[in-house]
Amino acid sequence: MADAAGRLPVLRTYKLYVGGAFPRTESGRTYLVSGAAGEPLANACRASRKDLRDAVRAARAAAPGWAGRTAMNRGQILYRVAEVLEGRADQFVAEVMAAEGVRVGEARAIVGRAVDRWVWYAGWTDKISQVLGAANPVAAPYFNFTIPEPTGVVGAVAPERSSLLGLVSRLAPVLAGGNVAVVLASESRPLPSITLAEVLATSDVPGGVVNILTGQRRELVPVLASHEDVDALDGWGIPDGLRTAAETAAADSVKRVARRPAGVGDAEFDWLDDRAAERPEWIASFLEAKTVWHPIGV
Amino acid sequence: MAGCHNARVSNDTSVTPSGARQPASWGLGDGQAIPWEYAAAPESRDVVSIREHYGLFIDGREREAADGGAFATVDPSTEQQLATVSKATPADVDRAVAAARRAQRRVWGPMPGRERAKYIFRIARILQERAREFAVLETLDSGKPIKESRDVDIPLAAAHFWYYAGWADKLDYAFPGRVARPLGVAAQVIPWNFPLLMLSWKIAPALAGGNTVVLKPASTTPLSALLFAEICQQADLPPGVVNIVPGPGDIGMALVSHPDVNKVAFTGSTEIGKKIQRAVAGTDKALTLELGGKAANIVFEDAALDQAVEGIVNGIYFNQGEVCCAGSRLLVQESVADELVGRLKDRLATLRVGDPMDKNTDVGAINNKAQLEKITELVASGVAEGAELYQPACRLPEHGWYFRPTLFTNVAQSHRIAKEEIFGPVLSVLTFRTPEEAVEKTNNTEYGLSAGIWTEKASKVFAMTAALKAGVVWANTFNRFDPVSPFGGYKQSGFGREGGMHGLHAYVRLEDR
Repeated sequence: MADAAGRLPVLRTYKLYVGGAFPRTESGRTYLVSGAAGEPLANACRASRKDLRDAVRAARAAAPGWAGRTAMNRGQILYRVAEVLEGRADQFVAEVMAAEGVRVGEARAIVGRAVDRWVWYAGWTDKISQVLGAANPVAAPYFNFTIPEPTGVVGAVAPERSSLLGLVSRLAPVLAGGNVAVVLASESRPLPSITLAEVLATSDVPGGVVNILTGQRRELVPVLASHEDVDALDGWGIPDGLRTAAETAAADSVKRVARRPAGVGDAEFDWLDDRAAERPEWIASFLEAKTVWHPIGV
Repeated sequence: MAGCHNARVSNDTSVTPSGARQPASWGLGDGQAIPWEYAAAPESRDVVSIREHYGLFIDGREREAADGGAFATVDPSTEQQLATVSKATPADVDRAVAAARRAQRRVWGPMPGRERAKYIFRIARILQERAREFAVLETLDSGKPIKESRDVDIPLAAAHFWYYAGWADKLDYAFPGRVARPLGVAAQVIPWNFPLLMLSWKIAPALAGGNTVVLKPASTTPLSALLFAEICQQADLPPGVVNIVPGPGDIGMALVSHPDVNKVAFTGSTEIGKKIQRAVAGTDKALTLELGGKAANIVFEDAALDQAVEGIVNGIYFNQGEVCCAGSRLLVQESVADELVGRLKDRLATLRVGDPMDKNTDVGAINNKAQLEKITELVASGVAEGAELYQPACRLPEHGWYFRPTLFTNVAQSHRIAKEEIFGPVLSVLTFRTPEEAVEKTNNTEYGLSAGIWTEKASKVFAMTAALKAGVVWANTFNRFDPVSPFGGYKQSGFGREGGMHGLHAYVRLEDR
């Protein structure tokens, strides 16, 4: 439909985000995404298991480079994400309103908080080692220290309801710790995640560090959970009915699984609550501790 | 005692039939023996009186299994029965978990941290007082050399209780901005390679965090855990805080699957670890796993070779190689490979294999027959796949389960002996040319528990340390342990850490202030 000036707007095709590029799903499948009032919004890609494997491969390739950057550099890049997101705030306000059915005031609060959350986690990159690391006074003449290191490739099932802020709140700590991610976006509200991918792609986040797939959870969660080259699973957004199977599959390669805490519902969680959603523990759940010994002597 | 030093070997031509060596050549050639005998130096058994039978330890007292069942535990060095032990049933697990729950809710959880601390300090002290008794019992039940149980296992176990005792009333300082709460009841399953030490790694941090425990020791090594039960009584630990339920693997599964436990901690094989992770799937139980390993000891050409040899020997022959973090692969830089392997073979010939109760023994008995068969089978596969076997020609005792210290050269990465955890005194030697190749080969495994680096160049130590996917990296040393030092794996060697503040974290739930 033409706008008020009689101009027909260009609609956007929502694609996947894999290895820094925006491919369509190799399967050729899409699904119709509706807004909160049931109005059709757009067609989203219904990613396949092959798309997921491609995303894991892209993530694995990007992992050493991202983990190998200095902590300060990673912090600056995450801060850059906040900068670019801020500049496109109006677009995200409109998308969040459409996806989540919230009024403009709340949408503005959500987008603003998403920007701030990137800033909060950006500041953690060069501090988390000092909080979680240790110099250990062993009872023998050895210098002994423990440092956190990224686990590697994290498969993240994003919150289902909070399409932007929930996703950012779970993704930023994964990246702050030096991990790379394969994200399954909210199934019913996937569109803001692909717009976020456009922000990531223009914020100096190297291609492959974040990969975002849209599609059906019952199809993709089992593949993600059982993939041998995924090191950890963020299970926040896994529907209750899929959880036991996903965690069982994760055991085949001894994946680290970060569960939603007992008694915390995805639908009820208040992502606007900074104290609840800004947690260094969320960085720590995707870190390994490496302990190094060396003799002291001449 | 039997030992490599007094080997009478047909393939060692420089040894006379009587066993006397030519002084001019000893210590220089491959696998040549030292030309003197050691007198036997047996540790006395008098310090421990082993009862004929031990019951389960539930709710502060000893009791028989619900169905009256029992099993025997044997001395692996003689294959003689030491005692019978009650065999827990699922009903006993229920009872133990209920006792632990009661104790956690009514006594141990509400108890002020400083009081909990004093109980744990008591345990540490009594363990120190009765250390020799524990050392002897541990060696008899497990087959490990007395010098290791005396100098490593027992002192470290006491030190773990000592370290974590002090945390019990300082939890507010451990986790900034958070309040640490107990998880509740911990279900713990431990292996047979370091029975009391693994018990201490599990129980000490759990108690410090305000949890109560139900622990299943390995079925071949239950005795030190049951003697520990006596210590709990001596320390007046409230009933139900520590419960011990010996039994086979399915009792371990029943324990970790019990609906009323909040935390599961397991040390053992990766295969069983996966089963336990599956059993915990879909629940709200916290889980830590300390699983298998296939660690590489990397020796660069600029290493201090004699020190490296000692580290390699300690890395793979300590505790008969029955160590999850054992340095079972040796990666040596090509330029020094011949030199190093030559010195290593010389050193192997001096290892004393035999009676674990002899204070001079370096390599004791393999813990159980199934394990000996597994080692034998894997070593046979190494020969069949084309690796070159070297064993010093020890004379092994006639009874008991023993295996010669073994070294393979010409090993390919695809060989089973280079990929699978053997859990025995078997070293696979591979070579490399560049540091990049060493990193690639070291990380080319599903495991990631530990690694060793030998070089005199500090910058190389740190470059390698950063590149290796391993939870513990020993540089110019190997197999060092300390309660303040976090221990645990990357990849399929498990997750979570034991030791240090990281180990404490595994036993608390963090709440907002």
